[in-house]
Amino acid sequence: MSDRTLSKPVLGIESSCDETGVAVYAAGRGLLAHRLYSQVRLHAAYGGVVPELASRDHVRKLLPLARETLAAAGVGLRELGGVAYTAGPGLVGALLVGAACARTLAWALEVPAIGVHHMEGHLLAPLLEPDPPAPPFVALLVSGGHSMLVHVAGIGRYRLLGDTLDDAAGEAFDKTAKLMGLPYPGGPALARLAEQGRAGVYRFARPMTDRPGLDFSFSGLKTQVLLAWQASDRSEQTRADIARAFEEAIVETLTIKCRRALAATGAHTLVIAGGVGANRRLREQLAEAGAREGFRACFPRLEFCTDNGAMIALAGALRLAAGQHADAAIRVFPRWELASLPAVAA
Amino acid sequence: MNLLAIETSTEACSVALLRGEMLHERSELAPRRHAELVLPMAEAVLAEAGLARTQLDGIAFGRGPGAFTGVRLAVSVAQGLALALDLPVVAVSSLEALALETPDDDAAILAVIDARMGEVYAGAYRRTRDAALLRALAGESVGTADALALPAAAAWNVVGTGWDAYRDALAARLPAPPRWAEAERYPQARHVARLAAPRLAAGQGVPAEQALPVYLRDKVALTLAEQPRA
Repeated sequence: MSDRTLSKPVLGIESSCDETGVAVYAAGRGLLAHRLYSQVRLHAAYGGVVPELASRDHVRKLLPLARETLAAAGVGLRELGGVAYTAGPGLVGALLVGAACARTLAWALEVPAIGVHHMEGHLLAPLLEPDPPAPPFVALLVSGGHSMLVHVAGIGRYRLLGDTLDDAAGEAFDKTAKLMGLPYPGGPALARLAEQGRAGVYRFARPMTDRPGLDFSFSGLKTQVLLAWQASDRSEQTRADIARAFEEAIVETLTIKCRRALAATGAHTLVIAGGVGANRRLREQLAEAGAREGFRACFPRLEFCTDNGAMIALAGALRLAAGQHADAAIRVFPRWELASLPAVAA
Repeated sequence: MNLLAIETSTEACSVALLRGEMLHERSELAPRRHAELVLPMAEAVLAEAGLARTQLDGIAFGRGPGAFTGVRLAVSVAQGLALALDLPVVAVSSLEALALETPDDDAAILAVIDARMGEVYAGAYRRTRDAALLRALAGESVGTADALALPAAAAWNVVGTGWDAYRDALAARLPAPPRWAEAERYPQARHVARLAAPRLAAGQGVPAEQALPVYLRDKVALTLAEQPRA
């Protein structure tokens, strides 16, 4: 492949859960445009993501969003060098909408297509920023569906260091918010409430930090919150105080495990990605720990912490440039091990 | 006119290319493998006809009702094709496509697809002698077989998986035993193409983003207000 082919724009499509994301990325030129449509209000009435409704909404929104993104990028369909789409993990029906449309688009344009691992997209998202981190690094992936620590030796060279044994960090935020009566999706609301909370009124355990290892467990924390909330006066201030203590417990637990992962691997760079990576306290604590202990903490901008098409376009462009691509079968992988991905030669 | 049609709303996965009067098609009963098969099938019919992708004039797809995931696959593939090739799209009822699986006679047609959850997707038609091929006798519906409201007709041909699942209840809705009945028939892309061709020729194709599914079953979850209190 010529350099010219390598730098042709890649269209990226994300539809693994309740957000439709589209972006255009070109090697050497960076991100040309990105658009996101969030279904959060659609699902709020149901108290959580309804997979069938998510799939239906992706079908309605994807094409207008793709046209809008291409127009914003100033890129014609015939100028595309490839198409990337999230092939998993995620909701099977939702994944299939994006994968089918994207794979077919590439087939009709006669350009290569590539199915991207959603979590690879997240962990490469900091590469969309100026002065991007270079492997090897440790990535903390924390979202509503995942809490994992991954050692990144290169693109596609991933080793799982630790994972959650039960709830994901974002899930713990959402469930805890629900326990205290906050409407769906409660996680971000809980974090905002925590800002009003007073330090030291409540204190919850830092789960699994009293023993070696890099795994997480957050479901017990939820129970502690429930007991504290039920025994309390249930005032607004108390709710804020509990929210603060809960957030501190999660953030400190994540920080402890990140430091351990860096020590265990000898890496000096920490990449934070996923929706919980947008949490202000987490960003502050990890940046402070980095300044104190001599590691670099890299965060994607807030809008690229949550699901987006930009990270898929980027990850896809890297793999397409390495000559990888999918055949004409439309395939999605609702469950897909990150560590099973093929490496991309540096 | 070169028209590519896709139908994946039931157990059958099929792709057809209508090139003037010539039809090229691939069809396979392959539950859960539609996504894998559909583009290779499209490639095969184009190769057989010696056509390039850019020589297509329109896209047709079975827009449902049927299995939700299958219906969305056809829509998404149609959208991708139409966007890439800047082509008009014609959405065709999967029940109409199924109705054309019956013998070519003057009987009324009841097309029924097993909708699971004790229900059927149903449509009633009669063949016409013009390009439209079919005339609807009633609106499409989803519901239990024993509640199916059928228009008056003396003779019926019944087709589709609904006949297998709810034969007795459906038979009770008919004035007499069906003249012809076959359960193991599925909507096929060749019929989607034949139904779409006159519509495309009449300028009734729409832009890709207006290619949307028809599910009929629209209540798929309970809102918080509807959920029983835990």
